Amino acid sequence: MATRPLIPAPDAERRTPRRARAARRSTPTVLPVPIADWFAAKGWTPRPHQLALLDQARARRSTLLIAPTGAGKTLAGFLPSLVAATGSASGERKGSGLKTLYISPLKALAVDVARNLMQPIVEIGLGLRVETRTGDTPQSRRTRQRTRPPEILLTTPEQVALLISGEDAGYLFADLETVILDELHALVPSKRGDLLALGLARLRALAPGLVLTGLSATVARPTELRAWLAPQPCADSAIQFVDVVELSGGARPDVTILETEDPLPWASHTARYAVPDVLAAIAKHRLAIVFVNTRLQAELMFHELWKANEASLPIALHHGSLDVAQRRKVEAAMAAGKLRAVVATSTLDLGIDWGDVDLVIHIGAPKGASRLIQRIGRANHRLDEPSKALLVPANRFEVLECRAALEAAEAGAQDAVVNRRGGLDVLAQHVLGMACNGPFDPDTLHAEVSTALPYAGLTRAEFDRVVDLAATGGYALRAYDRFARLKPTDDGRLRIAHPRVAQQYRLNVGTIVESPMVKVRIVGRRGASGRASSKPLVGGRIVGEIDEWFAGELKTGDAFVLGGETLRLEGFRDNEVFVSRATAKDPIVPSYPGGRFPLSTHLARRVREMLAEPRRWQSLPTPVAEWLRLQQQHSVLPGPDEVLVETFLHGGRYHMVAYPFEGRLAHQTLAMLLTRRLERAGAMPLGFLANDYAIAIWGLRDLSTMITDGAIDLDRLLDEDMLGDDLDAWLAETSLMRRTFRHCAMIAGLIERRHPGKEKNGRQLTVSASLVYDVLRRHDPGHVLLEAAYRDAATGLLDIARLAEFLRRIKGRVRHLSLQRASPLAVPILLELGREAVGGEAREIALREAAEEMLRGVGLAGDGTPTP
Amino acid sequence: MTAVAGMTGTEARSFCTRSMQIAGTEVVADRSGALYVPAEHTLIVADLHLEKGSASARRGIMLPPYDSRETLRRLADVVARYRPRCVVALGDSLHDRSAESRLGSVERAEVSDLQTGRDWLWITGNHDPVISADLGGAVAASLHLGAIILRHEPTPGDAPGEIAGHLHPAARVVLGGTGMRRPCFVGNGMRLVLPAFGTFTGGLNVLEQAFATLFVDHHFDVHVLGQNGVYPLARASLRTD
Repeated sequence: MATRPLIPAPDAERRTPRRARAARRSTPTVLPVPIADWFAAKGWTPRPHQLALLDQARARRSTLLIAPTGAGKTLAGFLPSLVAATGSASGERKGSGLKTLYISPLKALAVDVARNLMQPIVEIGLGLRVETRTGDTPQSRRTRQRTRPPEILLTTPEQVALLISGEDAGYLFADLETVILDELHALVPSKRGDLLALGLARLRALAPGLVLTGLSATVARPTELRAWLAPQPCADSAIQFVDVVELSGGARPDVTILETEDPLPWASHTARYAVPDVLAAIAKHRLAIVFVNTRLQAELMFHELWKANEASLPIALHHGSLDVAQRRKVEAAMAAGKLRAVVATSTLDLGIDWGDVDLVIHIGAPKGASRLIQRIGRANHRLDEPSKALLVPANRFEVLECRAALEAAEAGAQDAVVNRRGGLDVLAQHVLGMACNGPFDPDTLHAEVSTALPYAGLTRAEFDRVVDLAATGGYALRAYDRFARLKPTDDGRLRIAHPRVAQQYRLNVGTIVESPMVKVRIVGRRGASGRASSKPLVGGRIVGEIDEWFAGELKTGDAFVLGGETLRLEGFRDNEVFVSRATAKDPIVPSYPGGRFPLSTHLARRVREMLAEPRRWQSLPTPVAEWLRLQQQHSVLPGPDEVLVETFLHGGRYHMVAYPFEGRLAHQTLAMLLTRRLERAGAMPLGFLANDYAIAIWGLRDLSTMITDGAIDLDRLLDEDMLGDDLDAWLAETSLMRRTFRHCAMIAGLIERRHPGKEKNGRQLTVSASLVYDVLRRHDPGHVLLEAAYRDAATGLLDIARLAEFLRRIKGRVRHLSLQRASPLAVPILLELGREAVGGEAREIALREAAEEMLRGVGLAGDGTPTP
Repeated sequence: MTAVAGMTGTEARSFCTRSMQIAGTEVVADRSGALYVPAEHTLIVADLHLEKGSASARRGIMLPPYDSRETLRRLADVVARYRPRCVVALGDSLHDRSAESRLGSVERAEVSDLQTGRDWLWITGNHDPVISADLGGAVAASLHLGAIILRHEPTPGDAPGEIAGHLHPAARVVLGGTGMRRPCFVGNGMRLVLPAFGTFTGGLNVLEQAFATLFVDHHFDVHVLGQNGVYPLARASLRTD
């Protein structure tokens, strides 16, 4: 399987690093004879950035290499290790002999790179051992790797955490010289990145003089990645950065937006209208990746493409809910050139290049400029040829967004990576891991973790709170001191209280908390006759997985689409969903949660600017420009720093529609809080809806009159103080906050994760994170994990940070219009489906209604009295 | 029918409590998971599992140490509403044999306050076969209340008049597109199993085999605990986990 080539293609030598600060050399870099010969035998010349990294390694300096795909990045990372291996064994062995550690976010990538690395090693005749270590590595080999590791080990961040928590970590890493971090841009802005940063801080302590090499795709602000790689000095000093070698982005991508004869949909997310055009584009290319934003869209697009696929082009599907074996098959078929198109979600965003992709089709707006550039980069890996991409907006707003993304791509503009504060839950996990390694001195460990950028400036008080969280749960009530997992030694260090603590740590390691999934298995269809339904369900093959909560919403006989097949639910057993092939014409489709990224701040600003400048509308398709002109006539278009609020009567309900353009998550929070405030103001709101561009709230009172009468003051309604008590009250009940807390509690090891095979009959014993959340809010509201969860929610599911920024920006810039009817701009959101009922009472109401219905069915009223 | 002697009266909403018959005796299922027997002025709570948090901490999982005070706070709330002459804790009141020694002074005082002015009976369970006199109240393996017998563990087969706990019944239902899993009362008019009252107690799905041995003809009713009420739900709306 030709995948990620380590070997540079014989082109692009003319390309030089834009900014090789590292290149302080006066004489040309000399390659050792065996390696120079090897390059020559292949007819290749080493590229300047590869030589630059070699110089950096010789000077023992850490480096960030930024280069587009296809630049021979991975070989650049390993070249210093290969060169070092040609020399005579330098120095004395202090430990296990492990010299190079390669860390990738994907285990498949680690395996792939290992395979490709063997080629030059064998051909040059280097006696280097290369091995991978992932969750799939057999236990016997993992044990051996700790005592007799290879010279080069390729692994994942979780395995690094496990290795440094072992008692033998000092021996294992004593000889370590180089750490190569692949796809660094994807790792850094996440909790996995926090954990890895802490792991690197420990590796630096174990192997002084360690050189880090970060490999990254093009990013907006490389300084953040450079700082992340550098050890940070103690508080009050300036932030440190590693050197950067940057290779500019190859040929300009050739991106077009699909122009269509058909009128564009108002509110759809499926782009069904574009199916014939998408098929035509696929037919004109060797291999296309059709990227979509959610698994649901992937299923729908795949379904629609096959319905119209008269030429029977081989088109496959690839997303995270499909069975692993099935995904592997699709990848192999891509690599073997057997496919013409693959419909995919972010599962194909990173890492491995399967096959010779020459077109990227993006269905729906890309939501962020960097994401688009990353995805476009999947097409065509020769640096001097442009990557080709086709953007297919699913609705009118997405046309604006695609246009903005295209302009951003042309300008080379990227979304900024948010400079994050490290998670306290992750730190608690790390502290426990370090205690498993051996007794630690709190002063020393605090200094060590503070060298990791996400924890630079962590106060001693904060650190102590986290140590207490790891030791006793961190409660205000000191009831658990005698059960502490960490106990002081005579010399004031902390050690684990029991070997069991280390076992628990190992089961709990990592920051990825999956939402529970159930397997979907094909069985024979149960007959229509009553007799057949008693037939036991005999399992066939597994076709994929669906979220547990989604499975819970299905009834026997419901149809849904998974893996491109329409399936009918036959029953549940042992944490599996049994299905048969459905024949129903109109399947209901699973709504997979997650996977939907909100519109990025950067793109949102570009969209607002475009709206405010009518002369830029020429570049838009006629129906879209016409739509904006109609909006000008009937209402107004907001300026780039304003927010437009329209109120009108529609469908018998009084509506308020606002257009903040701040992304779905921030909008959801805003709409929820505004609804609460409107309820208090007596506007009797009934429901709300939020999408990436706008929010709509509807109710029983005339909002236009209430605003003109002064009963509602819009400036006060949209005041920043909504992030105080209103937010707090909402946080108490929202499931989004509970979900965030559950993640934190599991990462911190406060509650146990569910492990496969353990959950059966364990329900009586399991304590739900939701209960823990409620108890803490009532009895220990200052608990460190509530704070950690709040911080996460603020930047994550609730996007409070962005909402706060928005409220500040529009202060005094709220533009209100009372309209006779809905404006053209309001049409898309009014057409959106899935309106949410107000309030946390919805479940209670559903219960009550079900009970009433049941009682009516047996002739009783709700209070148990017979119905007349 | 929901107006109960001793209730404070402000909450006569239709689903606030459920009145039902067990072997001819009227009982009232409360939204808290407690059961009131009006004729005997007796309040019954099952499976308090006090000090489950600290039991878990002993194994190295640091669940919050507030579960006992939260359980007792909720019990105080329901006691204040019914003002029973007698409270029966239906077994597994303490999570393990050493739970009593871990009970804090605040919690002990709360137990003592609750016992003041009324009879109190600890029925023993598999988690707490022995309950020391220090905790106050009487201790027994079972109790007859007229036609009713109270014990911790339900008897397999038919057991007319039996009110038990032990199993932590829970119902999984899907309503209005939302799935939820809630503790519930489960019974058939002749016998009843109470939901666990303890704060950190999980639940066992009523569709599991353990319940089939109690309701031999597979006929039973569930009364699901909501925030504000007890809701009788149709068998058809129940789901397995």
